[in-house]
Amino acid sequence: MNQNPIKPDEYRRLVARMTPHSRHLRGCFRAFWVGGLICTFGQVLNALAECLQLPEATAPMFTSVVLVFLGTTLTGLGVYDRIGKYAGAGSIVPITGFANSVCAPAMEFRREGIVLGTGAKLFTIAGPVLVYGITASIAVGVVYWAIRGWLM
Amino acid sequence: MSELLIYVKAFVVGGLICVVGQILMQTTKLTSARILVLFVVAGVILTGIGVYKPLVDFAGAGATVPLTGFGYTLAMGAINGVNQYGLLGALSGGVTNAAGGIAAAILFGLLNALIFKPHAKP
Repeated sequence: MNQNPIKPDEYRRLVARMTPHSRHLRGCFRAFWVGGLICTFGQVLNALAECLQLPEATAPMFTSVVLVFLGTTLTGLGVYDRIGKYAGAGSIVPITGFANSVCAPAMEFRREGIVLGTGAKLFTIAGPVLVYGITASIAVGVVYWAIRGWLM
Repeated sequence: MSELLIYVKAFVVGGLICVVGQILMQTTKLTSARILVLFVVAGVILTGIGVYKPLVDFAGAGATVPLTGFGYTLAMGAINGVNQYGLLGALSGGVTNAAGGIAAAILFGLLNALIFKPHAKP
């Protein structure tokens, strides 16, 4: 009946090779369109900041402040976790994901008190991000200072 | 047409940066915290070697909204700080440039944590 019978272990190997592939592709596709959409919305906010004619000092932070506000509020409402379950890195990598990582542990550990619960857990993930981000930026600044004369 | 094009660029570049994160998560089992740290530091380094600023000029929010853009903000601040104030500017410049985003995350994170009750994980 079957022209080309396949052995069970051969079949299993085939499944192992094929299944994660399509799952990975689906995950990447979801991350792509959700992450891309968040960035496009950021571009809309950039245009809005231009329309509002904000002072030069505060215009660049307008977009990130609005996105952070939306990220934390959607986390508070419980919507962002659902987006995250669907989009994976598409919801983690944009700055809204950073806002989510600040807000979510702070909410979760509220019962441990306002100081050591909420106050401390705000920085569970934001802490490391700031530590290594700021340290790296200082390193870049110092290297730039050292080779500035040579660059010009 | 060119006004619409910047939104397309932001969508594609921002989406692709997120795909890099997704591939890292799927192939290396990195936690989301490590992804965030990695992306910020990568943004700082790429800005330092001069690769990221052209990307920001090209894609706008597509490059600044992902966490690599946070690193870009920090690194550009440090570089501008050095230009303005010399060596000590490297210390103050980065945080000064990113202060709005950091303070917003703290304020809104705190307010939401005080207002809302935690939800069951979906």
